[in-house]
Amino acid sequence: MTETMKQAPTPSFLEYQGRFKGIFAWIFSTDHKRIGLLYLYSMLVFFSIAATLGLMMKLELIAPGRTIMGAQTYNSFFTLHGITMIFLIVVPGLPAVFGNFFLPIMIGAKDVAFPKLNLFSWWIYIAGAFIALSSQFLGDGAPDTGWTFYAPYSFRTGTNMLPAVTGAFVLGFSSIVTGLNFIVTIHRLRAPGMKWMKMPLFPWALYGTAWIQVLATPIVGITLLMVVLERTLQIGFFDPSLGGDPILYQHLFWIYSHPAVYIMILPAMGVISEIIPTFARKTIFGYTAIVVSTLAIAFVGYFVWGHHMFTSGMSGVALYTFSILTFLVAIPSAIKIFNWVATLHKASIDLQTPFLWAFCFLFVFMIGGLSGMVLGALSANVHLHDTAFVVAHFHYIVFGGTGFAFFGALHYWFPKMFGRMYDKSWANIGLAIFFTGFNTLYLPMFYLGITGMPRRYYDYVERFHGPNIVSSMGAMLMITGLIIVITNLVRSARHGAKAEKDPWKGKTLEWTVDSPPSLENFEEIPIVTQDPYDYE
Amino acid sequence: MENGQHAHIVKYKTFVVVLIVLLVFTFSSVGITQIDLGVYSVTAALIFAVLKSILVLMYFMHLKFDKKVYALMTAGIILLLMIVILVTFLDYLYR
Amino acid sequence: MIMNDHTQIDEHRDDEGAKTGMWIFIFTELLLFGGLFIVYSVYRYLNPMAFHMAAEELDIFIGTANTVILLVSSMTIAMAITSIQLKRKRLTLILMGITVLLALLFLVNKYFEWTGKISHGIFPGSEILHQSSQGEILFFGLYYAMTGLHALHIIVGVTFIGYVMWLVKTDDVKYDDYVILENSALYWHLVDLIWIFLFPLFYLIT
Repeated sequence: MTETMKQAPTPSFLEYQGRFKGIFAWIFSTDHKRIGLLYLYSMLVFFSIAATLGLMMKLELIAPGRTIMGAQTYNSFFTLHGITMIFLIVVPGLPAVFGNFFLPIMIGAKDVAFPKLNLFSWWIYIAGAFIALSSQFLGDGAPDTGWTFYAPYSFRTGTNMLPAVTGAFVLGFSSIVTGLNFIVTIHRLRAPGMKWMKMPLFPWALYGTAWIQVLATPIVGITLLMVVLERTLQIGFFDPSLGGDPILYQHLFWIYSHPAVYIMILPAMGVISEIIPTFARKTIFGYTAIVVSTLAIAFVGYFVWGHHMFTSGMSGVALYTFSILTFLVAIPSAIKIFNWVATLHKASIDLQTPFLWAFCFLFVFMIGGLSGMVLGALSANVHLHDTAFVVAHFHYIVFGGTGFAFFGALHYWFPKMFGRMYDKSWANIGLAIFFTGFNTLYLPMFYLGITGMPRRYYDYVERFHGPNIVSSMGAMLMITGLIIVITNLVRSARHGAKAEKDPWKGKTLEWTVDSPPSLENFEEIPIVTQDPYDYE
Repeated sequence: MENGQHAHIVKYKTFVVVLIVLLVFTFSSVGITQIDLGVYSVTAALIFAVLKSILVLMYFMHLKFDKKVYALMTAGIILLLMIVILVTFLDYLYR
Repeated sequence: MIMNDHTQIDEHRDDEGAKTGMWIFIFTELLLFGGLFIVYSVYRYLNPMAFHMAAEELDIFIGTANTVILLVSSMTIAMAITSIQLKRKRLTLILMGITVLLALLFLVNKYFEWTGKISHGIFPGSEILHQSSQGEILFFGLYYAMTGLHALHIIVGVTFIGYVMWLVKTDDVKYDDYVILENSALYWHLVDLIWIFLFPLFYLIT
């Protein structure tokens, strides 16, 4: 990519007039930045639906017995909450929004390798979302299996499973296509001089993630296809009455869905690795260690799926192996934490909003990670399996990890994406309320789980009442914080003060281009000579 | 960029030779499974299948002539699938 | 599709990138079938005798014939790349045409094989199959799913190659710009590769 471009005053990508006008200029745009924003807006819509469902569930649990909904409604609520949050928001989340927007800019490219394919993947995403959500309104009632579609219930239940499963299958394709695009982009389009080990850490994280997307998603694709065939044609893949083994379904499902956890968390770690050096004004500590641990997580994370099945009746050998591997995969994650903390050591930290989000990330991610160790231990798991403890654990990882990183990334790159600054005091107030609400919501659930409250029940016995009240209050507080954060950003995108090129004094390539970037990002493809976090 | 510079042109003859070997392997695998070797007949058929797939990958799919990174990636993916099957069988073998 | 992508800004062409993309797509496909191979291997391990018995129902002759057909078609599409590199357009089209014809022949064989089985009452959910052992139900379930998915890939591959033939005819693909032909060939070899394993696993385990 060396051809020089015609010189003209370049409008930003937000103002650029292409072939189409109005909304079509967005939904038919192959510009990676517009596609990134398309994903952001669609996710915002889905997120508000799923978060509302979550809040309703917490309201149901505010008192024992039926309060605002019955058992069947509760079952379909946690199913839809799970499907939407996992398949529509957290799995595509960071790669599709910030990966699309910033990967090409951070490696000094004008776009991703296959821009049309990139737009296509957004269309598949929307199609999959509509198919999945249609399960709520068509047929014989909303699905009630949970987002895991466990066999044999998933083909025995009378509810409308087919659209939900097909939707998840279609969404898988979107994920694969994005991953494929990113791998080729990173292999082929790095700017001259940007050797592999000079690449910033967010692209590195996306690279690891992309490989998991490409290599793990097809397994769940074929598994869901088998469930569809099982439901429609009565092929006995997982039906015990036809000789199938339901545990094999669990194996296949988690062969994807555990690596999927790393699809969620690796880019989050990448974001944190960008934010921390910028606000610490220091080179990241142990760049190589972070890169290696990213790849190690991607690789080892592929072989730990069995820890979701400790009580399923697997063989003892399999149990021990999966437990050991689970502890192994914690090592590279811990390495990263040490790297981030070591970067902060003796740094003159600039306490801006993105940094505060990253800081909260460290806190909640450590709680999530350490509670994961508890669950990875076989004997503890038997006690805690399918209790509220598990729910608390994965919300600390998925919402606490990926969610905090997502909002951190949004506050970090917001000036670049929209060319405007947000109101910092409102952003900080929102974060404070959100963070307090988050912990008030999920910390009691650890306690509830240990004392025996099962997950996925709309009702509970009287002795769980106290912590549940606290937890439900936390949910309301958290939603309040969320509303403040989002309202502030939406308002600022229109009315905020104009942002400079480099408001945070960052050193990576995205801070050398205009805010918001022009259509082609770079007038001239940069030649990279420095390391990514060169603050000395 | 190096567009259009696919330096290596494989000879027609190479492909014909590869095809002949592939056909020989196919018939051998059919032949060997007709003899009763017990459990080993499936093993034998699979060994032939592996040999055939290596030939297809190396010659028909140009891995032998392309950049080494493709061969490495392919080997890695096959290894990954093997390990996944192995780990799955840790359950079924010892249940 | 994956190849021949131009950004709306600069008409940039990257053959190597297109090929990398195709390979990664092939890896995806390998793992898609990989999932089915995992299921197959587990159920075969759990029901060795039933799989053995059920496989006797399949005709080794048709299986072998289809293997030969796919191998030859794989060679012709590989040769098509050589011939386009040597600027021989007519020969390229003939070789690709042979590939397409052989693929259709494969599908015809498959059709007769499937309808033969179905007329004997062996299909998922059938009376006869429900009276057989559970291992046999699993075997035929997998047989239909795996060969069916494979046949679907054949259809996609033929369409793809047919489209590239059109491009060759209109000189959109020629001696210095033929990465899409290479990619269609790669896809076709993948279909061949999967059949190389399906064949012994279904036809030769008697």
